Parts: sequence; C-alpha cells; structure tokens
Amino acid sequence: MTSVNAPANRATAWESVIGLEVHVQLRTRSKLFSAAPTAFGAAPNTQASVVDLALPGVLPVLNAEALRLAVLFGVAVGGEVAPVCRFDRKNYFYPDLPKGYQVSQLDEPAVRGGRLAIDAEDGPRHIELTRAHLEEDAGKSLHDAYAGQTGIDLNRAGVPLLEVVSEPQLRTPAQAAAYFRALHTLVRYLGISDGNLNEGSMRCDANVSVRRPGAPLGERAEIKNLNSFRFLEKALRFEIDRQVETLEAGGVVRRQTLLYDSARNETRPMRGKELSDDYRYFPDPDLLPVEVTPAMLDEARAALPELPNAKRQRYASEFGMTDYDAGWLVADPHVASYFEAVVAACGKPKAAANWVMGEVAAALRRDERAIGDAPVPPAQLARIIARVADQTISGTAAKGLFETLWRQADATDAEAVDQLIDSQGLRQLSDVNALEALVREVVAANPGQVRQYRAGKAKMLGYFVGQVMKASRGKANPREVNSLLRKALAEP
Amino acid sequence: MSTRSAFSAAAVDKLLRLSALELPDAERPGVEADLRKIIDLIDALQAVDTSGVAPLAHPLAASQPLRADEATERVERDRYQSGAPAVRDGLYLVPRVLE
Repeated sequence: MTSVNAPANRATAWESVIGLEVHVQLRTRSKLFSAAPTAFGAAPNTQASVVDLALPGVLPVLNAEALRLAVLFGVAVGGEVAPVCRFDRKNYFYPDLPKGYQVSQLDEPAVRGGRLAIDAEDGPRHIELTRAHLEEDAGKSLHDAYAGQTGIDLNRAGVPLLEVVSEPQLRTPAQAAAYFRALHTLVRYLGISDGNLNEGSMRCDANVSVRRPGAPLGERAEIKNLNSFRFLEKALRFEIDRQVETLEAGGVVRRQTLLYDSARNETRPMRGKELSDDYRYFPDPDLLPVEVTPAMLDEARAALPELPNAKRQRYASEFGMTDYDAGWLVADPHVASYFEAVVAACGKPKAAANWVMGEVAAALRRDERAIGDAPVPPAQLARIIARVADQTISGTAAKGLFETLWRQADATDAEAVDQLIDSQGLRQLSDVNALEALVREVVAANPGQVRQYRAGKAKMLGYFVGQVMKASRGKANPREVNSLLRKALAEP
Repeated sequence: MSTRSAFSAAAVDKLLRLSALELPDAERPGVEADLRKIIDLIDALQAVDTSGVAPLAHPLAASQPLRADEATERVERDRYQSGAPAVRDGLYLVPRVLE
C-alpha cells in the first residue's frame, strides 16, 4: 500500500452518520404569531411589533398561511400531517429572544415522517424525514459594531420557520449536500419559501458522528448554521476527518456544538452562545391546540404542483431527454417553467433544452440575472428556435440574434425576432439558383483545391463551404451549400 | 420514580441557573420546601393510572383560531424603544454577549 492510498483506506475503515436539521423560512407576509411584516432588509426593529418584543399583556395568534405551507410540505413529502398539533415553549436566555423562550413544537409536530429523494453518488436514494415542525425565528445580534456592547435587531424575531429534520441516514458529505439541494428545490417548487440562501432563508444544522461499519453510533457533534451547499459539504468533510483523527489517536469525540469557519475551512466549538442543556419544554398556555381539518388537507393535495422528480421523469419519457439534462432543468422551478414555456411555443424540446442549458444559462451567469427577468422571454426564444428549424436563419445567426435581443430588452414579443431577422438581413440564402451561382464561382476560382479534392482529399470540402459562406457574407444555408458543393465537385 | 430523593440542593442550583435567578441563602429553605411540595403533588399525579386517557394540551375545549396572513401591525419603533436602557442606530444595545 502506498501512502497515496492511505486516506481512501482510512475512509473505508470508518463510516460517517449524518442527519440534518434544516430551518426553512416560510414565505408569508406577516410573522408566525404577529401581524408585523417579514420583508428582508428593513431598517432595524421597524418590523418588530409588541408581540415580537414580548411586551407584557400581548397574545400570539397563529398565521393561517404558515400552517397551510407546513401542511403543503407534509403532503408533498408523503408525511403524516397531524390532525392536531401543538406549540411548546423552548426556554433559554439570549438577548435576541425577548420572551425568554422560543415557541416551537416538541411532542406534537405538524408533520411526522415522509421522505425526500436525493441524487447520491451511487444513484437515487430516499432519505426518511423524522418530522417537520413550525417554530418562530429569533432576532439578530450584531457583535462587532459597538465597543463592549451587542446590538439587537428583532425584525427577524417571530418570522415563521419550518424545521425539517432528517433521519441520520446520510452517509457522506456529498449526500448531505445533495439532500440540502433536494430540499431547496422542493420548497421552491412548493412556493413555501423563497429559498434565498444568501438571506438566510434556509439554514442547516448538521449532526455528524463516525463509527466502524456495523458498530453502534459514535458520539456526535453538531455543526450550526450552514447556509450553503458547498460549506455544508466542506464543514462535514473537515469534521469527519477531525473525528477520525481524534479516534485513531486514541482520543474521545465529545458531544459539542461547532461553528464552521469558511475562511479557514475548519470547525471549532461555538463560543458565547452557551445554550442550555435543558430547555424545559412545556405546552404554551397562550396557544390552543391547532386543528388541521380534512378540508385543509384536501386543499393542500389539490394545490400540489408537479414535483421535481415527477417532472424529471416526464422530461425523460416525453422529451426523450437524458436524466442529466432533465435533472439540470428541473433543479430550479423557474428554469423548468421557462423551458416548458419555450417548448409549448415551438414544440422543439431538444433545441429548447440546448438553448436553455447553453446560451440562456451562460448569459444569466454573465449578467448575474435570475431567469425570471431574462431579457429574452420564452416566446422570443421559441421563435428563434422555430426560425432555425424552418431554415430561415442559420444557427450562427440565431446566436447573434439572441445576443442582440438580450441586450435590447425593450422588445419582448416574438414579432421582434422576425423584425430583427429582416432589419439585420439575417435571412439565410436558401435559393438554389443563387447558391448554385456562388458554388460555381468558388469552384472556378480554386482549381488547385478542386484537384486536391478530386484526388481524394475529402477534407477540402470544408474549405469550399467556408469560401461559399464567405462569398454569401454568412447567409448561405450551410446544408444546401454542402449538397450543392458535393454535386459540383463530383462533376469531372 | 422517586423524585423526592432526586430533588436536592444541586437540583435547586440547576433551576436557579436555568431560570437566571438569584436566591438569597436565607430564603433557600423556604423555597426548597415549597418546591418539594410541588414535586410531591406531581408525584401524586404521576401515580394515577392514566392509561387510556388522552393527554390534555389545554384546559379550553377549543382549537387555535387562525389569523389571515396580513401585515397589518403598525410598528412604532421610537415609542417601543423609549423604555429601553440603550438604543443606537435603531438597535437595542445590551452588554456584549460574545467575548
């Protein structure tokens, strides 16, 4: 065994066991228990109402929409939506939690069970969910701005969260990232969250331990507050290595809460926020048991959109698409709906997929735009594809046309495509007589190359095609040119 | 389940820490006695056979009323912050919680 193989060797000797708790910020206008707004980025404390501030004498009232979104999630993952759920108080002291407790759900969560399909390294895999429960978010602490003091912004206090807890069935950091991604895709399909990772709309806590395969579970560590797929994966890799190294050196893994420092790529014990080891949960006397009626369940089932996996399978069977392409297109619901709108308007799924995954994706990346405000809407892209298909324009002209339309965002209807084709003279030259004349000219002007071609140098055909294209200033229909040239060159 | 024997001075210390309360030594015996009475009452309740009885989450036989998702609350930050010991840039200031 060479030393190069040692790490892989070690990795097979240990198995990691990972479970994730993902906090999904629900997309509601108002908070879970108060009618204060939830918009991101407002001036500090301008969205903290008397309920969020825990002023004396106030009472919480549950937001119907937050409950509806939790039920929708439960139905989507095939979980058991509780006919009655309940809120509990989780007690701890921290300045960004004015009540001294967080309202959450302990024994009777909104949803139990369910499962989520992920793309693991070795193919699709289903990860079971333990539960999904409603709870309120805490405020935000700003530690660095004021000497010796911490600033508290309670705008986020009371924002509704759905905490989705997985069973510890993830075995590698890559699987954990795939799970986080799958959940991100699902919540955006359901429209229950904007899924904006940069704004903290999805935050993940990862529980991880290592063991010898088949051995009982090892002691676990919890890495808090990961808000990117990449950081989740890197943090887990680091932590698994750390635990394995500790154990192999004869040490002991302690149960602890860690933070991941992305700048240094390391996990380290969380300081300061020494959370209690005993939250003294009890039912919140201010809130009554919450009933989920059969009518609410029916409504959720009816509201269920086509889910990512079903869509992916449909793309494969209906459009004959590869699983990779289908997976790429369905990962973002907005991309999928853009793609479907293009297909609906031009009936060419293969070309539509190539354009969306190619030109459109590249332009969006370059301009840092979301597909929702792509300057070339589906109707225009569909028209471009149709004009290539009916040979009005060449593929090269189509790309130029797309770029032009992308930059002049004011014309957004399909007619603009045809107008541009005319005004820019992009119409392909397909008239056989005109093309034949060009071909004759080029053949006559290049006797040497003609001899080479006829002597068996078939590659010379490309040279002639290039010459004809040049003579037509790029407008000749390459397919026509090809066949005309073959005919002309074959003549003795 | 013998809560009585488990209930100790250490348990009182833990409760005080969790609830962030200070208790003058002089008041300790009284509080301990009160707590013991409460624990005894709970022990008595625990002894009752409740198999087949659904747990009661709330004494009211009603379910939680729901509120339409509308942001109707007017936030009067200045007024709410007028009672705070320290405020700056719209933030509440508290003694630093991270070293």
